[in-house]
Amino acid sequence: MIEKVFKGNSRYWMWLAFLSAFVAVGAICYIRQYLFGLGLTGMGRDLSWGLYISQFTFLVGVAAGGLMLVLPYYIHNYKVFGRLTILGEFLAISAIVMCLMFIMADIGQPLRGLNMMLHPTPNSMLFWDMVVLLGYLGLNVICAWVILTAERKQVKPPKWVYFFVYLSIPFAVSIHTVTAMLYCGLPGRHFWLSAITAPRFLASAFAAGPALIVIACLVMKRVANFDAGKEAISKLTTIIMYAALINAFFVLLEFFVGYYSNIPGHKHSLEYLFFGLEHHGVVYNNLVPFMWSSVLLCFGGLGLFAYMKIKKVQTDLWVGIGCAMIFTALWLDKGLGFVLGGLVVNPLHEIVEYYPTANEVGITLGIWATGFLLVTLMYKIAVDVEHEVEA
Amino acid sequence: MDKQRRKFLKVAGATALAGISAPAVVKLTSSPAIASSEHGAATGHEAPADAHKAVPHGVEEAPKGVRLGLVVDMRKFYGKPELLDKAIAACNKVHNVPQIDNKKSEIKWVWKAPFENVFPEHSSSHSSKIRKENDFLVMCNHCDEPPCVRVCPTQATYRLPNGIVAMDFHRCIGCRFCMMGCPYGARSFNWENPRPYIKEYNPDFPSRMRGVVEKCNFCGERIALGKEPACLEAVKESGAIVFGDLNDPGSEIREVLDKENTIQRKPSLGTKPSVFYIV
Repeated sequence: MIEKVFKGNSRYWMWLAFLSAFVAVGAICYIRQYLFGLGLTGMGRDLSWGLYISQFTFLVGVAAGGLMLVLPYYIHNYKVFGRLTILGEFLAISAIVMCLMFIMADIGQPLRGLNMMLHPTPNSMLFWDMVVLLGYLGLNVICAWVILTAERKQVKPPKWVYFFVYLSIPFAVSIHTVTAMLYCGLPGRHFWLSAITAPRFLASAFAAGPALIVIACLVMKRVANFDAGKEAISKLTTIIMYAALINAFFVLLEFFVGYYSNIPGHKHSLEYLFFGLEHHGVVYNNLVPFMWSSVLLCFGGLGLFAYMKIKKVQTDLWVGIGCAMIFTALWLDKGLGFVLGGLVVNPLHEIVEYYPTANEVGITLGIWATGFLLVTLMYKIAVDVEHEVEA
Repeated sequence: MDKQRRKFLKVAGATALAGISAPAVVKLTSSPAIASSEHGAATGHEAPADAHKAVPHGVEEAPKGVRLGLVVDMRKFYGKPELLDKAIAACNKVHNVPQIDNKKSEIKWVWKAPFENVFPEHSSSHSSKIRKENDFLVMCNHCDEPPCVRVCPTQATYRLPNGIVAMDFHRCIGCRFCMMGCPYGARSFNWENPRPYIKEYNPDFPSRMRGVVEKCNFCGERIALGKEPACLEAVKESGAIVFGDLNDPGSEIREVLDKENTIQRKPSLGTKPSVFYIV
């Protein structure tokens, strides 16, 4: 099936070339970082995790989001998602590849990465994160490939593959739960030390993942003659709405706990993210515009969807805009605010703001472009197989 | 023929998979064994504590073995910042700590900071003039329940039987999870090659490479030779730092702890620091 990626129209090749340019820039930036060290990033002694880890965290969510397609189809036999589950699985594969690349970009001694396996440490959540991420990657590769091959041959998928399909469901939940546990089990990091972190991660994942898939479907409808179907898109937007609302609810609960208890440590990060944190006469607020954009985009997207549901109209353009708004909102919330907000007050109660460097942004864009490149290639295979079967 | 080939491939594949995963499986099964033997020892003295739960809050179970600790008598440092600097400089020299003049990339093992930063959980409203005007000595607490050791994915940081929380600079992958886990900000990362920043190289202690984490090691390498920690030795005549076995009721440090009113940093987090302060 791989040969399908080598045939495409000029628009396909232009898109690949566009992404490859970013990949090349990212690669050059990474070589610079590899030769000098992580000092080329905006991270420092007091703020020692930055853009890489926050992108990693967000993308684990995107990977887990595919669950919202797999679960209705395989557990509830919801046939409308039949053509889409493969897209969810392929998205999960590329998102996890991006996650692993972000981890490799973030560690100081990448050549020692295998120490994670040579010295397995069950008490470290990072060890378990590696286990579930690699497991989920493997499961998705098996399921997607076997099911797509069966579809191409127009036979039923072999029975044994369903074992892996069902196994991938708890794995999807586990990848984001364990990723949340990286944060929520650390003493002295008040913003992260919250039992609601894992459910909040899952809620935002179940909105962000499907939102990206809807956008991909709408694009492929225009450029690749692949129609997911109106009902599938409509159902997905409903799922996105519920998940985004639950995420917003969880964020508001964090506000209640912080502000009603009035414990400074629980308020500092929220203050910094949304209003600006005052310390010794200086106000630290470099993320405030981003966080309020996140709020506006989230509720704007929800309002748009609600309007379309009530009026019973659904145009591709507005669905796409709504999904893009919610996806961006959740990226700002989790891909920026969560990690950086939690780190703004260091253990010695000094305030340090984070500004990524150009080199760091270059690597980040390069990895995102690699992910989009992988998604494009895999979706090309899926759509071409679909066309082949139809023909 | 084809069937045989298929069978062979199956067996070969399974064997290869088993071969590849064997080391990990062996490691996984062996490390809980070590951990459980340690835990066995721990439960040995936790069990009686469980048996009579009425033990008043704050009373610790009967300790076993050596647990090294340190008391900083700040009264001896008040008004003498040069004494603090002397202790810090001694550590930097002995451990080849690079002097990077940049807050973002700096490496600190032992350093000084204001009271409100060292003890953020203690109130600093209406604090005394002495507290406001003096800096306090900061270093790794060598916790009895170190979160950094708990989170490290490669066991590059670990707790020695004598209570020192040590680092293996050659195993560290530089994920900086320990820096996230440490609630005291005691750990530094080598954001670039530290060697050009070492003022005076001490060949008795290794310098580090970029991409690894480092921190105060309670002078484990000096203690092994029967010497005292470098910071203590530098201010020896003032008696401002006392070092010794917290579990030995007859030790000098226990004498000080029994007599003086001491505090620890962030005791509410349950890390059980081994560094005490007289303020």
